[in-house]
Formats: sequence, C-alpha cells, structure tokens
Amino acid sequence: MAVTLDQTIAQKQHTFMSRLFATQTFWVVIAVILACLFLSFATDSFATPKNLYNITRNVTFVAIIALGMTFVIITGGIDLSVGSVLCLCSMILAVTMHAGYSIEIGIAAAVATALIIGAFNGILIAYLGFPPFVVTLGMLSVARSLAMVASNNTVVFQFGPDHDKLLALGGGAWVFGIANPVLYMILLALITGFILRWTKFGRHIFAIGGNEHAATLTGVPVRQIKVAVYMISALSAGLAGIIQTGWLGAVTTNLGNGMELQVIAATVIGGANLAGGVGTAFGAIVGAALIEVIRNSLGLLGINAFWQGTFIGGAILLAVLFDRIRNFRRSD
Amino acid sequence: MAVLELTNISKHFGAIQAVNDVSFTLEAGQVVGLMGDNGAGKSTLVKMIAGNFRPSHGTMHMDGKDLILHKPVEARQHGIEIVHQDLALCNNLTAAANVYLGRELRRGVGPFRILDYAAMYKRAGQIFAELKSETRPRDLVKQMSGGQRQAVAIARTMLSQAKIVLMDEPTAAISVRQVAEVLNLIRHLRDQGIAVVLISHRMPDVFDVADRVIVMRRGRKVADKAIASSSPEEVTGLITGAIEQVS
Repeated sequence: MAVTLDQTIAQKQHTFMSRLFATQTFWVVIAVILACLFLSFATDSFATPKNLYNITRNVTFVAIIALGMTFVIITGGIDLSVGSVLCLCSMILAVTMHAGYSIEIGIAAAVATALIIGAFNGILIAYLGFPPFVVTLGMLSVARSLAMVASNNTVVFQFGPDHDKLLALGGGAWVFGIANPVLYMILLALITGFILRWTKFGRHIFAIGGNEHAATLTGVPVRQIKVAVYMISALSAGLAGIIQTGWLGAVTTNLGNGMELQVIAATVIGGANLAGGVGTAFGAIVGAALIEVIRNSLGLLGINAFWQGTFIGGAILLAVLFDRIRNFRRSD
Repeated sequence: MAVLELTNISKHFGAIQAVNDVSFTLEAGQVVGLMGDNGAGKSTLVKMIAGNFRPSHGTMHMDGKDLILHKPVEARQHGIEIVHQDLALCNNLTAAANVYLGRELRRGVGPFRILDYAAMYKRAGQIFAELKSETRPRDLVKQMSGGQRQAVAIARTMLSQAKIVLMDEPTAAISVRQVAEVLNLIRHLRDQGIAVVLISHRMPDVFDVADRVIVMRRGRKVADKAIASSSPEEVTGLITGAIEQVS
C-alpha cells in the first residue's frame, strides 16, 4: 500500500498513551496520587480540608519559582540565587511599605529589584561568558546581604497604610475558598505552559538547551533570550516573595534560605533535565507537590523531621532513576 | 548568466594571507566541488560568501549586482544558504522544528501570534518528499540516521528560494549508504536550478556529483575545470602541489 504524503506528515512516533507512559512527569503524578491515597487511609488528619489547604498553599512558593527555574534549566543553565532574591524582594516590599508608601509602589519596587538582578545575572552569563553556576552563586550571597542591609537585619511586620491589603493579597482566599497563592500558581503555570509550547520564544529556549551553537548559526538571538530567562527566573522569585510576605505577615532575613535547592529538586523531579533541552510547566508543579506531600506525610505519620532530607533526596534520585532506566533500554 | 561572480577576492588575518586573489563564477544548476588540503583557504572563501567574513580585497557580484554582506542573515536574504559541517541540529526538537529553526511560522494578529505547528509539519513534510527522504516531520532528530539528519539540514535551504547552497563536508562522517543518499539530495538541489558548492575531502564524491572542480592551495586557486576533463590523479596532484597549476 502506498503511503501518501499526508500520512507521512501525520505520522507520530508514539501513540498518546505510549508517550504518556514514557514521561517522568507521568510517573511522578502517579507517585503523588498513590501517596495521597495511602495517607488518606493511613491517617485521620491528611484528608481534612485544613490539611489540604495547608499543603496546596505550601506547594505554591516552591512551585512558582520552579516555573521560572524551568526556563533557565531548559536553556541548560541554573539559577542558585532564587532563594536570596525572594528574600531581597520581600524585604524591599516590606521596607518600602513600612516607610509609608502604597502597596502598588511596594510591589513595583520589588518587581523592579527582581528584574534588575535577573538582568545582571543574564548579562554576565550571556554576554561575558561567565558560568551560570558561578554568577548565581555570587548573587545568592549578594542578594541576601543586600536584604540585611535594607532592613538592618530586623524583622519587618508592619507594612504601613496598606498593611491589610498586602495580607489579603497573600493570605486571603477570594475564589471558592482556594488559597490565593494557589490561584496565582495556577495562573502562572498556564502562562508558562503557553509560552513554552506556543511561542517562538519558547521554541528558541528549547533550541538553546538542545544545541546552543546550532541556535546561534540559525539566527536565534541566543544572548537576548538567555538574559530574558534569568530575568524570568528572578521575577518568579520576586513574585513568590511578594505573595509569601502577604501570607506570613512578616519578613525576616532568613526567608527563602536554602530554597534554591528545593526549587531545583522540584524541577528535576518533575522531569526537567539539568543538561538542558527538556522541561515542562506541569512537571515543575508536580515536582513541587511531591516534595510537599513527602514533607507533610512525614509529619502526619509521626516520623522524626530529621528524616525529611533523606526522603526528599531519595525522591530526586528515584525520579531520575526512571529516566536512566528508559535511556538504557533505548540504547540497547 | 552567472549567479555569483567573485573577482580578485583576497582575505588576510593580520599577516596571514588566507585567500589570495581568487576569482570564479557559479552558474545556476551547477555543482562545483571545492577541494584543497586543510588550510588551503576553502572555509575562509566559503565564509566570505556566507557573510561570516568580509573580503579584504575584491568584489562579489550576484546576478550582476554588487553583493556586500555584513552578517550571515544578509546572505540568507540574498538566497545564499549554508549547510554547516556539524549540521547545526537540535537533537531535542522534531525534524520540522529544526527545519524552521530561527524562522518559525506563526499565525494570529499583532503581538498575539502563536506557532503554526500544522503549517510547519505540512511544509516540512512536502520538502522531505521532494527530497525523496524518508524523514518524517514529527520525528525527533535524536533518533535519526546520519543521512536523515543531513536531509533535515538540507531541507532548511529549501524553505526560501535559495539560489546558492554551500555545503561544508556533508559526507565526512556518515556511512556509505548514507553518502549515496546525500549525493542524491545534492543532485536534487541542482535539478531545481540551484548552484551548489560542495566542499569535500572525498575525491569519489566530488567526481560522482560535481560538474566542475575548483582546487585551492595555500590561498590560491590552482585549478578550475570541468570534471569530465580532469581526473582524481590530477586533482590529487594539484592539492598536494605535485602539479603546480592547470588552466
């Protein structure tokens, strides 16, 4: 039987199901669902509205930054500064509002700070050829120190005339009793997914992660895009910082300490490849969810909190193990 | 009429004379084999045509008009396409995505424009069919053979109305069967009236597919003649310098 051109064009390598089973993200989703089912039966306290509300809200801060980190990781880079940038942006917001300015000015100042830091990282990496690891490691130190300078290392918990607005922004639940941060997370995830799948910018990000040299030769504006992804990453940290400030009602200078590792873990568990070229918005959210479910369940099951790191580390290795097994099979 | 005419082109990098007073013409529908040892100036010459370098001396004319290139993008706008030695492919993307890399099709209005997957799959599929390649537009490049990868890189040159296609060592690192596939692709480009420049070290390939051979040695053109009136022995002699020059 002759194969027509249309059949060749429509030819997909895998069916929908086989492609689904081949993704790491799918198996992580299964793991999250199984864990939730198990915990619902094993404990009385897991499937309560209050606990689920807590989990969903706790997921969001890591998840929002993981969305931004996904862009960076797809290009083959890494951003270690996000935890400190979160802290600095929260502090800028807090200090600005504490000084009597409105919430709009506070948020604008925090967002501007994030974008400037992202642009600084990106320019050093894209135009001066610094390794991303080094630049963002430096920024990890710089941003936290600037947060201490900005606040004189004090705790800020009074946010001036718009105090209540800020707390409502982060701590409220305006739609169907879903915590506001969760709504922001869903919105940002949809935007991220759209950009990655449907825009030229998204396509070019994958191209840079796949083969940067090829992207340059075919006329992709590699440098500008690299600056943009570090700005997006810093912006996501800044937004998470603003939301977290509203939720906590206070900002200290250890806010977001060590968060970069959780964020990177979430991204990797969700299927992004640190070598670049692979990653999804949904994966970032699912990865963050798995980490939070593990943390939550250990508490509910009465397991000593010191074990948390072991379980989360195990989850990272296990998630990547699935990926390796698939690759071994393919190379056989 | 000549598609491209190079007149007394020279290029030096500081004290190093990479290309010295080279003139030749490219005709539509003709395959020119460009041969020479490493460092003979082949790549420098091709990079000037592709807009990577500007000549130190000499002029280029395209269809009778002056051709001055500052950037590779400008060469592309003039219908000069290059197939890089390493093919410049992204393994994590589909064949169609690679073909359209850097010039993706979009639909929509104003700033709200999204990638037009359907159109890109369709056109890429048509090009592969034209090239008689078995490459499928939705396949990932990662899983492709050397010949298929070559077809993806060549398909890029057929997106726009290319007049000249420069190919840098397209048969250097692939299997024998795939070499035949690539040579067929080159013949196909020629049949469409495209001028093809084939840079190669492989004598059999050049004698198989080229109409004319140009030999470079130490930055100078030492031969420019029809394949029919030359022989592999003569070309080898010209490359090594055993034969000084033929007219």
